[in-house]
Amino acid sequence: MAQTLLQVEDLHTQFFTSRGVVRAVDGVSLHIDVGETLGVVGESGCGKTITALSILRLVPDPGKIVSGRILFRGNDVVKMDDDEIRDFRGNDVAMIFQDPMTSLNPVTRIGSQIEEAMTAHKRFTPEQAKSRVIELLTRVRVPSAETRAKDYPHQFSGGMRQRAMIAMGLANEPSLLIADEPTTALDVTVQAQIIQLMKQLNRELGTAMMLITHNMALVASLCQRVVVMYAGRVVEEGPVEQIFKSPQHPYTWSLLRSVPRVDEARKDRLVSIKGLPPDLSNPPPGCKFHPRCPFVIDRCRVEEPPLGEVGPDQVARCWVLMRNVSEGDVATAKQSSISVAAAENLKAPVADIGTKSGS
Amino acid sequence: MIAGRPNRGALLPARLSALTDSRVGSLVFFIIRRILWMIPIVFFVILITFLLMHLAQGSPWDKAGGRQLSAAVVNNLNIKYGLNKPEYQQFELYVWNVLHFDFGLSYQYEGKTVTGLIAEGIPYTATLGVLAFIIIVPVGVGLGVLAALRQNTRVDYITMGFATAAASFPNFVIGALMVVVFSVLMAKWTQHSFFLPAADFGLDDHLIMPVITLALLPIAYTARLTRASTLDTIRQDFIRTAWAKGLTERLVVIKHVLKNSLIPVVTTLGPTFAFLVTGSLIVETVFNIPGIGRAFVTAVESRDYPMILGTTILFSIIIAIANLVVDVTYVFIDPRVRLA
Repeated sequence: MAQTLLQVEDLHTQFFTSRGVVRAVDGVSLHIDVGETLGVVGESGCGKTITALSILRLVPDPGKIVSGRILFRGNDVVKMDDDEIRDFRGNDVAMIFQDPMTSLNPVTRIGSQIEEAMTAHKRFTPEQAKSRVIELLTRVRVPSAETRAKDYPHQFSGGMRQRAMIAMGLANEPSLLIADEPTTALDVTVQAQIIQLMKQLNRELGTAMMLITHNMALVASLCQRVVVMYAGRVVEEGPVEQIFKSPQHPYTWSLLRSVPRVDEARKDRLVSIKGLPPDLSNPPPGCKFHPRCPFVIDRCRVEEPPLGEVGPDQVARCWVLMRNVSEGDVATAKQSSISVAAAENLKAPVADIGTKSGS
Repeated sequence: MIAGRPNRGALLPARLSALTDSRVGSLVFFIIRRILWMIPIVFFVILITFLLMHLAQGSPWDKAGGRQLSAAVVNNLNIKYGLNKPEYQQFELYVWNVLHFDFGLSYQYEGKTVTGLIAEGIPYTATLGVLAFIIIVPVGVGLGVLAALRQNTRVDYITMGFATAAASFPNFVIGALMVVVFSVLMAKWTQHSFFLPAADFGLDDHLIMPVITLALLPIAYTARLTRASTLDTIRQDFIRTAWAKGLTERLVVIKHVLKNSLIPVVTTLGPTFAFLVTGSLIVETVFNIPGIGRAFVTAVESRDYPMILGTTILFSIIIAIANLVVDVTYVFIDPRVRLA
């Protein structure tokens, strides 16, 4: 059994807004082992990023960690005092943010921004920090690192900036690197380079990684385990091959079906998940996914399912489970990717426009 | 690029090395071009001022000596100062003289040159303006940053309440109120043992009230702008990055927040400086300070054409230089700025 590095237990992070309490993270539990790569997937607004920010206690106002424990090597991050949390950030756990264009200080040299990540902690002496800047930039394959370290962010391309962010994240050789959609803002070719880079770094340095994304391909190529989140909750969790081979939660199934696959027949329609994620200040009763679920049963509307074991190391939060759904129902769900009612709704305004412009 | 090891701490060398060769070259060209641009600017300032003066009712001799001069005397004076010639000839002559740095003789003070009168006033106005400027930058920026970092607390409300009040009162009202409170009433309450002097300008405690009156409005503007800009910066992604690195609050604020949020503040300091020079018109009149501001006001009142033109040219050059200094400063504080 691998050693647990980070253990999040029943985390609740809520935003106290004028429109009410938004339960962004609602009882999330997950763990990451030493050296492991965990993928956290889900639609926008399902609480992935807030979970990550909670781990570093960087939840923006008016958000607050309401309850739960975040144990890093046994120490509760939630209970750390200001000095402890400061030394924890960037040292034990570093984070790479989604948008490299806005995540670097525009008026400070790249090298200096990487260097201060080290001088903020005591792992390296100031002299070591200085020389490590070049070393790190070379490692993330920034060409002619020595001169580029003196550049400002606006002199870097998007991919280069993300490399600089990764270099910054790795500066203190953290045991865990949280990457929040590290490739979303980048070109496809650059994405591939960054993925390769992260894969290599994970292998060479043994840094555990928590990869937050909605890109299933990225998860497949990088991660060992996947946590699927929906409406601030974990709805399914398991080893990556198993999740991809036999997802048990309809949400996971839909997410996977919504990505085109080259090896499948073209006539198979992509599944688009109808509707939008629920308003987290006023979530639906029962299973949070039931209003959008194609396989909903009566029980789903009133009672929320627990996370139940559905296979070796695989858990899912569902009363139905995909393996119990008949072939016919799956076929129907594939066909009616947009529900009939929704399709009718879409047609109506088009017809209106047609008559108006015709007259 | 200036060689040498990367610089921490020492501010200037790091800034200088920010200027690559091409930037230094373009900076020099930029300054030269902007200085040459001042020539047409000053020309049009002269033209417009000249037109406005001659469009205005009245003549320089209306109030001379407090009595009506006879037509013959007025005629002689007009001949003496060349006012009998057609306006375009007067204009030509004035511009010709200005090109030779001759700004003419004052009408109201016989035998005194405009250059001499301005030279007498400059020490007062400069002292006033520079002192006010020295107060404005730290106080305005300080209050603004404080309010932003303590947003929606009592500190924020008090600071912004003060700024709003200070920005709403015209400075002649503030000046007059201060005279009433700190000179008149204070003298009464303390039996003349402690009060601030309101007249007979000298370079000591006579400066306190005029400088504060002059500085109050720019302080308010600077504080409000700094607050808004700092709040905007605090919410940027790169500030979250800074926190995520585990930097101390002090470093996050100084190195990441202020370095960015003060850029727009610096931009406004040029106009602020210009405001101090032109704003001194009122303050110098209220406190009876013999600076160029007051000289300008009395020149306008008595239609002292050469004096009006001389001071206006001076003001326009000061404003142009202040703006140039700001633009050049920009290059040093924001590496993204390129001068074209």
